[in-house]
Amino acid sequence: MNILGSLIKKEAIHIVRDKRTMFITLCMPLVLLLLFGFAISTEVNDVRVAVVTEQHTDKTRDIIQALDVNSYFTFEGLASDAEVEPLLRQGKIDAALILRTDGAETPYQIVVDASNPTVAQAAVSYISGVVERRTGESVITRTLYNPQMKSSYNFVPGIMGMIFILICAIMTSVSIVREKETGTLDLLLVSPVRPINIFIGKLVPYFVLSCCILAIMLTMAYTVLGLPTSGTIVSVIGVSLLYIVLSLSIGLLVSTLVDTQVSALIVSAMLFMVPVIMLSGMIFPVDNMPLPLQGISCIIPARWYISAMRKLMIQQIGFSGVIKEVIIMAGMTLVLLAAQLGKFNSKK
Amino acid sequence: MTKSDIAISVRDLTKQFGTFTAVDHISFDVRKGEIFGFLGANGAGKTTAMRMLCGLSYPTSGSGTVAGFDVCTQGEDIKRHIGYMSQKFSLYGDLTVAQNLRLFSTIYGLSDAEIKERMGAVMNQLDMESMANAHVKSIPVGWRQKLAFAASTIHRPEIVFLDEPTGGVDPVTRRKFWELIYRASSEGMTVFVTTHYLDEAEYCNRVSIMVDGRIAALDTPAALKEKYHAETMDEVFRVVAKDAQRTE
Amino acid sequence: MSNVVEVTDVSKAYGAIQALDKVSFSVKEGEMFGLIGPDGAGKSTLYRLLSTLLVPDSGKLTVLGMDTVKDYRALRRQIGYMPERFSLYPDLSIAENLNFFADLFGVSVKDNYDLIAPIFSQLAKFPNRPAGKLSGGMKQKLALSCALIHRPPLLLLDEPTTGVDAVSRSEFWDMLAGLRKYGITILVSTSYMDEATLCDRIAMIDHGKILRTDTPERLVAGLDENLYNAVSANMFRLLAGLRSLPEVIDCYTFGATLHVVGAESFKADEVKRKLATQGIDDVNIYPAKGVIEDLFIKLTRNDQE
Repeated sequence: MNILGSLIKKEAIHIVRDKRTMFITLCMPLVLLLLFGFAISTEVNDVRVAVVTEQHTDKTRDIIQALDVNSYFTFEGLASDAEVEPLLRQGKIDAALILRTDGAETPYQIVVDASNPTVAQAAVSYISGVVERRTGESVITRTLYNPQMKSSYNFVPGIMGMIFILICAIMTSVSIVREKETGTLDLLLVSPVRPINIFIGKLVPYFVLSCCILAIMLTMAYTVLGLPTSGTIVSVIGVSLLYIVLSLSIGLLVSTLVDTQVSALIVSAMLFMVPVIMLSGMIFPVDNMPLPLQGISCIIPARWYISAMRKLMIQQIGFSGVIKEVIIMAGMTLVLLAAQLGKFNSKK
Repeated sequence: MTKSDIAISVRDLTKQFGTFTAVDHISFDVRKGEIFGFLGANGAGKTTAMRMLCGLSYPTSGSGTVAGFDVCTQGEDIKRHIGYMSQKFSLYGDLTVAQNLRLFSTIYGLSDAEIKERMGAVMNQLDMESMANAHVKSIPVGWRQKLAFAASTIHRPEIVFLDEPTGGVDPVTRRKFWELIYRASSEGMTVFVTTHYLDEAEYCNRVSIMVDGRIAALDTPAALKEKYHAETMDEVFRVVAKDAQRTE
Repeated sequence: MSNVVEVTDVSKAYGAIQALDKVSFSVKEGEMFGLIGPDGAGKSTLYRLLSTLLVPDSGKLTVLGMDTVKDYRALRRQIGYMPERFSLYPDLSIAENLNFFADLFGVSVKDNYDLIAPIFSQLAKFPNRPAGKLSGGMKQKLALSCALIHRPPLLLLDEPTTGVDAVSRSEFWDMLAGLRKYGITILVSTSYMDEATLCDRIAMIDHGKILRTDTPERLVAGLDENLYNAVSANMFRLLAGLRSLPEVIDCYTFGATLHVVGAESFKADEVKRKLATQGIDDVNIYPAKGVIEDLFIKLTRNDQE
């Protein structure tokens, strides 16, 4: 067997023999997708609403009926002005809709419990939607791309962005640094193997592992989570592969910077995982961030990947829409790999 | 030997892990103030036996006392009345000399007044007053070892367990360390020591050699050398341990 | 006979720490050369320099006629290196470890099995056991087999006997002796001074400096002069007593006895009489045989304190 082949085989044995890590690696994407897709949802269901009205008109009846039948609301009945505050305070209702009657117009007011801002914001927009549709006088809001506002969609790109950093960057860097710690890396370096082959031998098995995970996640996303399949799937896979290579080169970078497995873990986690979650737009939209943070988010690879995946998977824009992201990621990969290569060649 | 002379006494002490008998019915006594060498091949069960004697694990069967406490039930009391030092871990390098001593005093539950008195005594005895505020990692290895020994005996335990205390240390430093042990022993402290340096076994009053979970030989170094017609303890060890079956 | 290893004025510093300070020595072909010194003396740094993993700050290392800096690629095929802490893959089996290292050097285990057979035979009985589950002695044998699999003319063994029990240690030295009939040059380091006598020549190293280089016999020659054993029931008191005497240059513990380095004026009977006046009357003093450890203490005496 040639040297590279036996290096890859050896690394594959390391991965396969470590049953626990292997299990976690394969199960985590599934669990995260299901968790974010179904359990943790930013959709708001069952907003409990009470209505205050001075006198019933066709319009108010219409509105109450609309609230009653709408699955997002639970209509808790009518209340008086004075009762609203105690009801909110006791947590019996989430919001109150106060309707006035002023001739043909129906001015209204929404009082909402904002202790959970997400629920509050959603409730306000739902209620005003309902009211405005009935009174027919206000702006009509339409949600595009994700008409049901299903959050399970939104999370797919974010989770993919996170998982690949986790597998590629953390696992590769830890496995290289482990060899530094045990001294086996010295033995490899002292053998006739070229350093570049040592690292290719490290990267290939993790690349293959990542591809398996990509397959699992895409299958999940398109079947269980019901993401619409379309012509962009080829681009999705292509951009994901680029991102995997980028993550692997980050892993390499980390492994050259640190000397212990623990610090490899901490550096990868602190430098890459946390920013991926916080700044990449996975949970908090990038556009809402203060400018300096937006600037920082630009150098986070996951930001570009997630943005590209959103466009491809959710907006269903073709490859032409993500060229900017692809160029940035390809650039990052080249810079990182070039820096590593320089390091190998100017060894010692 | 009367009961009050005895620091450690074990009878048929046994520890099993599943079907594997790590320590197999060992029995011995250690006198107060004795330097007792506890030798054995890799995997002979030394570490397991030592853990039981230090109150870190309870025996599967057998009985014994360490510093007057039952090894089967009073592990916590034992821990309070012994000192433990190992070469692998002994001090925190990023703390100063004084901070390390204070830390160990606190761990062993000394009162503030006692801490003050003992720390002063230790620093004086080791002639380390000028180094009190130096970081431990910056002081020479010989001093570090003395300090480690002082830290593990700061609560004046009846018995101190030394787990390979001198590995890889230069001959001069090793000797200074043994002088410290001699001094502690002459002050009545019992010293229980493991080592891979068989020439060090000669420093001990008595030596036991464990093979495959059992004590295969136990006597003074001179008597052992005579019995096995050997010049050195190294030869004794090789004869006694050559039939070892177990490989960890 | 040519020199397999030629180290000339080599220095290496890590920041403020001078790991090696103008070190020079040479190893002849087929020689078993020992590098004896405590932890932190600079032994491992020297090994990393010789195995091409480090470049010296100054000085020159020539191994098998090749420069360790310029010819490192060619040199790497020629040396068998066994670092401290037998570096093996714990999750790979015995056979997988051996095959992997054979693959690295592009050789087959079968072709070179004759060389490692005496070492490997015990391990060959359970080829599928993971290396991580082996005892210290077994790990040491496997690591040596892996380092030998490509028939290197030079073996670099960095503290191969540290943390291994005395039986495995003496077995290991027997194995090394067995390799000599193949003409393999062996450079071995150790912190166990008593192992020095098993080498053809040794270099004593401390604080990054070579103290002496010679055969063990020549090194200890002359040490016996004015070197005595002293014993008494209370060794600690005897130590203090002897140190208080002007004719005692040095006195230190040495196993069951104390070694006393006497001045020219040292007379055993006279010393016994003086000790008796201090209340130590059971002293026995007789000539001692100096060993490497005595020399090490003698050479480093001035560094200490």
